[in-house]
Amino acid sequence: MRRQRLLLAAVPLSVLALVATACGGSSGGGGGAPKAGKAEFNGALNALVNPSTAKGGTLQMATVGDCDYWDPARTYYAFCWNMQRFISRGLMAYKAVPGPDGASVVPDLAEEAGKPTDGNKTWTYKIKKGLKLENGEAITSKLIKYGVERIFAGDVINGGPTYFVTFLCPGKTDKTGACPTYAGPYKDKAADKLGLSTIETPDDNTIIFKLNQPFGDFNYLAAMPGTTPVPIAYDQNTKTGGAKYTFKPVASGPYKVGPYSPGKKITLVRNTNWDAASDPFRKALPDSVVLTINSNAQDVDNRIVAGTVDLDPGGTGVQVATQQKVLRDLNLKNRADNPFTGFTRYFAINVNVPPFNNVECRKAVEYAVNKVDIQTARGGPIGGGAVATTMLNPNIQGYTSFDLYPNGADHRGDLAKAREALTNCGKPNGFSTKLTTTNAGKGPPVAEALQNALKRVGIKVTIEAGDPASYYSQFIGAPATNKSKGFGIMVAGWGADFPTGYGFFSQIVDGRAIKAQGNSNYAELNSQKVNGLIDQANAATSATDAAKLWGDVDKAVMEEAAEVPYLYDKALLLHSSRLKNIYVTAAFGMYDYQALGVL
Amino acid sequence: MIRYVIRRVLLLFVLLIVVSFLTFSIFFAVPKFTGQSTAVLFAGKSPTPAAVADVEKKLGLDKPFFVQYGSFMKGIVVGRDFVSGSGTEHCPAPCFGYSFVNDRPVWTELKEAMPVTFSLAIGAAILWLITGVGVGIISALKKRSWFDRLSMGIALAGVSLPIYFTGLVMLKLFSYQWHIFNNVHYAPFLDNPISWASNLILPWVALAFLYAALYARLTRSGMLETMGEDYIRTARAKGLKESRVIGRHGLRAALTPIVTIFGLDVGGLLGGAILTEYTFGFPGIGKMSVDGVFRRDLPVILGVTLFAAFFILLANLIVDLLYAVVDPRVRYT
Repeated sequence: MRRQRLLLAAVPLSVLALVATACGGSSGGGGGAPKAGKAEFNGALNALVNPSTAKGGTLQMATVGDCDYWDPARTYYAFCWNMQRFISRGLMAYKAVPGPDGASVVPDLAEEAGKPTDGNKTWTYKIKKGLKLENGEAITSKLIKYGVERIFAGDVINGGPTYFVTFLCPGKTDKTGACPTYAGPYKDKAADKLGLSTIETPDDNTIIFKLNQPFGDFNYLAAMPGTTPVPIAYDQNTKTGGAKYTFKPVASGPYKVGPYSPGKKITLVRNTNWDAASDPFRKALPDSVVLTINSNAQDVDNRIVAGTVDLDPGGTGVQVATQQKVLRDLNLKNRADNPFTGFTRYFAINVNVPPFNNVECRKAVEYAVNKVDIQTARGGPIGGGAVATTMLNPNIQGYTSFDLYPNGADHRGDLAKAREALTNCGKPNGFSTKLTTTNAGKGPPVAEALQNALKRVGIKVTIEAGDPASYYSQFIGAPATNKSKGFGIMVAGWGADFPTGYGFFSQIVDGRAIKAQGNSNYAELNSQKVNGLIDQANAATSATDAAKLWGDVDKAVMEEAAEVPYLYDKALLLHSSRLKNIYVTAAFGMYDYQALGVL
Repeated sequence: MIRYVIRRVLLLFVLLIVVSFLTFSIFFAVPKFTGQSTAVLFAGKSPTPAAVADVEKKLGLDKPFFVQYGSFMKGIVVGRDFVSGSGTEHCPAPCFGYSFVNDRPVWTELKEAMPVTFSLAIGAAILWLITGVGVGIISALKKRSWFDRLSMGIALAGVSLPIYFTGLVMLKLFSYQWHIFNNVHYAPFLDNPISWASNLILPWVALAFLYAALYARLTRSGMLETMGEDYIRTARAKGLKESRVIGRHGLRAALTPIVTIFGLDVGGLLGGAILTEYTFGFPGIGKMSVDGVFRRDLPVILGVTLFAAFFILLANLIVDLLYAVVDPRVRYT
């Protein structure tokens, strides 16, 4: 599982086409006049609630943990990407509108969306002129290039996504994913520290990315915080830059970092060098934004209920006790929304651990699983999510609803079909296997629910629990260890880094992405059909074609029966009664923080 | 007396070295034995082996255990340097290590957390000492009165109820419901002393309620025992005023166990009032230690452990020295 939560709110199927057509970036603005909605339960999912244009006041936020980093190149938490919209501007940005269109990208620092040539291998952007950073330095293509170069310095700038390293490494990355030909700007021998040959800046307002392989979703990469301009001299100064940049990143957005005590509190204040006219969507209503870190999650909820805190930007939803209170009290319920978080929860079945090397044995699990019990174990339809039958969740381009393994009308399992599959597998009486999960949170009850479901058809499951902090990276992240320990089924979850098929699937079902350590393709699925469809989707030049091909990848993955999706995650979000300009952005499955006001 | 103090101070440092060695061994050696490099936790998502190696080098985790321990101890005395790809990071003395997660010296974090915990602990200590000892004395002097029964009943409740219960009840009533103390948070003293005090009232009272109850019961039983001694009767027979009998002869003798436990309690709290800080969301040393555990930030855990151990040992030393002041019969050699 990607350890950070990202992306996407509920997307009705009827409007998915809108998202698909927006793929690749629209050249339009980011705002417009969104539909006003009522202040009621789920009112902010597809409409703007409590609209306001009044500037002033302080937006009070509180959550249980600080951002992993405030450095735009290092942050990987979903809520921190959402918070970055206050202080950072990149080449592209997610459109600031309610509903599914919020998952599309629009130009931000760029004049228009990137133009691909050379079969999606070369992407060119023109940058708006006359913009300045917080420190007064002009925003140029070179500062954006430098910002991307920093991601190559894995020893200093670690933590964030490394897509740019994968696609922009001169030559190819090595087997470990590192770039042997460029080590980042801190070891750059070029005098201007702009030695990465795959990014060209022919003038201050043009930047050209020359990829080492075709990639149709590059505009989505350009919407990641990694394309934020970074001042070179400031970052090269060891007192302010490098690893220390996270404490005082130089703002390009409407706010800059004010007083900051890591792990305790951060205050964002207005950046007077921000040019509102050039910004496609940011409203910058509050005079300041305060984020207080409070380890007591229940206390955070109570403060939101009491109105002394406006919202919890963590985006993971209220605590169980608060959930019950919110659902019982209409006044509170009218201040709540229940979007999809963009995560799919699933079991990965290791195709290299017998008897799961036989697809029929995997199908037996698909049919026998009781998804309703598991839904209950994760918090029910509100706190947990909706029953899933596909890996792609409804918010990702290319999603179509299908169910290759219908396990009863109520999703509690089709035992007859499961036994038939077991017979075909040569194990009519079942077999024994190991199931891994985290040893805390919702992991153990989910594992027990599956254990009970499989017992009904004779599959005896032994549960092996691992520490949550290293569960994905170490406990199930090494294929050789998984095989030697006989880990047949693994509890897993995945959220896309960006709402396209590539963003969702590239690490978890592509056989060529299997790594010896830190592997995310837990099932070790290496299907020629799946790999081939992924290549076709990446090379597609039209968004519609790409979306259809990613849908085909989803079906091909499910045909392999190596993944058992059981839930599309949901979270119950709550805000204060005074909060204005509220809507859920499809980009993050949370409220769009930069749009919020308090007056 | 001076020789005694010197001996105790030396012992304090020996004990701190033992604590540091044990905690360092646990936190740094165990990952080596289990085959999982600590650096993996701090090298980003799905890190490449090269990135892990870089982080190991930066944090000095690639060196033998005793070299690491030696560097750590040396850092406390003279500071040390951490080499990263973008330059060298100097961690000035006293360097308790470098937070993996926050990329900052642990001492910097401790310095930020100290005012919070100190404000909490010292304010609450004054409150519980005055109320606890005061109530204990009155209860002892008015034995079996309605005040005695009521105050001891409340004291029993105070001892029995955990801070996360009393704290939450106080928050519910005074903050969420009646809005008397809105949005309780730590406000630095130098920024606004009034805000500092008003935000601390609830945590002070919650913390003091727990401890005052204990002190009231201890003081009461000590006073009851002392006031029954022969020398109290003698003092009264000599015609001393009752206030002098109580203050000079009764209370002073009953104070010895109170001083002992007070020193240990304050010392322990200065190392982090975990539950109180957690309940009220105060970013003190206790919260720092909990965050360190959850985020596997081993240098932070090590730093907080040493810091807490230092205050407990220091409090012990001060208590031992105070015995001579409180009880004239005590002499140090």
